[in-house]
Amino acid sequence: MGRIQLKQVKKAFGDVTVIPPLDLEIEDGEFVVFVGPSGCGKSTLLRLIAGLEDTTSGIIEIDGKDATGLPPAKRGLAMVFQSYALYPHMSVRKNIAFPMKMAGLSPEEQNRRIEAAAKALNLTDYLDRRPGQLSGGQRQRVAIGRAIVREPAAFLFDEPLSNLDAALRVGMRLEISELHKRLATTMVYVTHDQVEAMTMADKIVVLQAGVIEQVGSPLELYHSPRNRFVAGFIGSPKMNLIEGPEAAKHNAHTIGIRPEHLTVSTDSGDWHGTVGVSEHLGSDTFFHVKIDGFAEPLTVRVGGDFDLHYGDAIQLTPDPALIHKFDAKGLRIT
Amino acid sequence: MATKHSRVAARVMLAPAVILLLGWMLVPLTMTLFFSFKKYLPLRGDSMANGLDWVGFENYTRFVGSSSFWPSVQATLVIVGGVLFVTVILGIVLALLLDQPMWGQGVVRILVIAPFFVMPTVSALVWKNMFMDPVNGLLAHLWKFFGAEPLQWLSQASMPSLILIVSWQWLPFATLILLTAVQSLDSEQLEAAEMDGAPYIKRFWFIVLPHLSRAITIVILIQTIFLLSIFAEIFVTTGGAFGTKTLSYLIFQRVLESQNVGLGSAGGVYAIILANIVAIFLMRIVGKNLDA
Repeated sequence: MGRIQLKQVKKAFGDVTVIPPLDLEIEDGEFVVFVGPSGCGKSTLLRLIAGLEDTTSGIIEIDGKDATGLPPAKRGLAMVFQSYALYPHMSVRKNIAFPMKMAGLSPEEQNRRIEAAAKALNLTDYLDRRPGQLSGGQRQRVAIGRAIVREPAAFLFDEPLSNLDAALRVGMRLEISELHKRLATTMVYVTHDQVEAMTMADKIVVLQAGVIEQVGSPLELYHSPRNRFVAGFIGSPKMNLIEGPEAAKHNAHTIGIRPEHLTVSTDSGDWHGTVGVSEHLGSDTFFHVKIDGFAEPLTVRVGGDFDLHYGDAIQLTPDPALIHKFDAKGLRIT
Repeated sequence: MATKHSRVAARVMLAPAVILLLGWMLVPLTMTLFFSFKKYLPLRGDSMANGLDWVGFENYTRFVGSSSFWPSVQATLVIVGGVLFVTVILGIVLALLLDQPMWGQGVVRILVIAPFFVMPTVSALVWKNMFMDPVNGLLAHLWKFFGAEPLQWLSQASMPSLILIVSWQWLPFATLILLTAVQSLDSEQLEAAEMDGAPYIKRFWFIVLPHLSRAITIVILIQTIFLLSIFAEIFVTTGGAFGTKTLSYLIFQRVLESQNVGLGSAGGVYAIILANIVAIFLMRIVGKNLDA
């Protein structure tokens, strides 16, 4: 079981309010991702749930029981840190055994769980090594192993992949998702990378300055962002946001159109412009297009073999059904 | 960049320093060895100009045969061990306390380091006259305040007093090294241990102490090197009386009070051997911490 409820939780450091009162429900077995730009309070929120920070006011309930005043160890949650926080002077086996040793489990039970975790995480050959002798990905797996053996109600991940290189990150992303499917335990995952959020989450919580901007499944957030911030944050490359007379035509303060929802042509279209920088990824090509009369250049995604170059004329047509409209406050107009 | 040319240049430029250091070490060492095999009593008319008599190992046997020798070795080891014990334990406690956020942290840290800046002679005098004096000392007043008979520190409890004085001097050093080590501990490790269910004492034992082991090793090694040769504190306080005569103090007495250079030099050679034995032991006990 791992159902976590935050009720009017507030956190302030002195006079600075980091998280204004906030409500959030995390269902049992869900993979919830907190995502937002750095400094948005997502790590603080995770640490509040973990009990590493005290709430200024509000209630945190775990499985329906008030856990606000409980010390971290009593909450039944396991955490994986950004720096992995392995104990450098202990072997992998002792690292994984540490929480069980603290809990006073019998040596037989400890060994059974260590072997099981090591097998699940491909660590069997490394059990007697020290963390310093392992690669980044292996250290990450040890940190996860140390969390698994506690059989916690929920796992908390604090930007666990940000210290890994890009290739390894994709691999670990899959492994963590796989682990979630297998264990079916609640996982709360903090990241600033919206790709990680989109690929892993059952439910994404988008945060900005401590405020929840939107909660929803990845596709909900992609298809109907509640405001300009979410629209700009979710999706890669970013949604094009256009203000001014063009937006007024649609009775909106701002309109947004994703790079993949623009049709490109060289002879006819709604918007005329010139190609700026183009980024060729092989499968896709991104053009940065300067449109006559728009303040900001637009990004557009086309297939990999589109033959246009710097300075060429280009015509763009947005898909009218996929234009997002926002009012002056940045909220979505439906 | 390690071309043949740059290596030669590096050697040439290092040479003056190396030669100076070698001379600094080798000349006194050779002279000590030389004198230790000679009869050299300046007050009885022996001098380098007249030539010194070769006496073989007689100085060595006489130095060890003296009734002061073994007590002096024991005194040396007791002082070194006692000071190490006090400074390492109190140093860890102080380092952990100073690591806590508090008001006036900067000033407090400078105050803690201050004793290290006081010259050994001065600090020993201050302790002897201002604290430990059985009539006027602060400690005597404290004892009297509680109605107790003031302790004659330097005669009745000479060894503990000496250890107290020297520990006071070396505590800042230990605290400083251990504090930097405490500060370099990754706070996420402590948080992870906290989440893993370790209370403070266990976090200290399983996480903080192993992290400090390298710093403790360094403190022990460096302090031992300096403590084996403490002199000023003894000279100023007890003058070697009341069982506080260390090996280095005994050598001083042989050379300057008895005016027997040969005998003192032999003692010096023993001191070198003792220092090396202690160093080897220390390296074996704690040295493995250094290559982890």
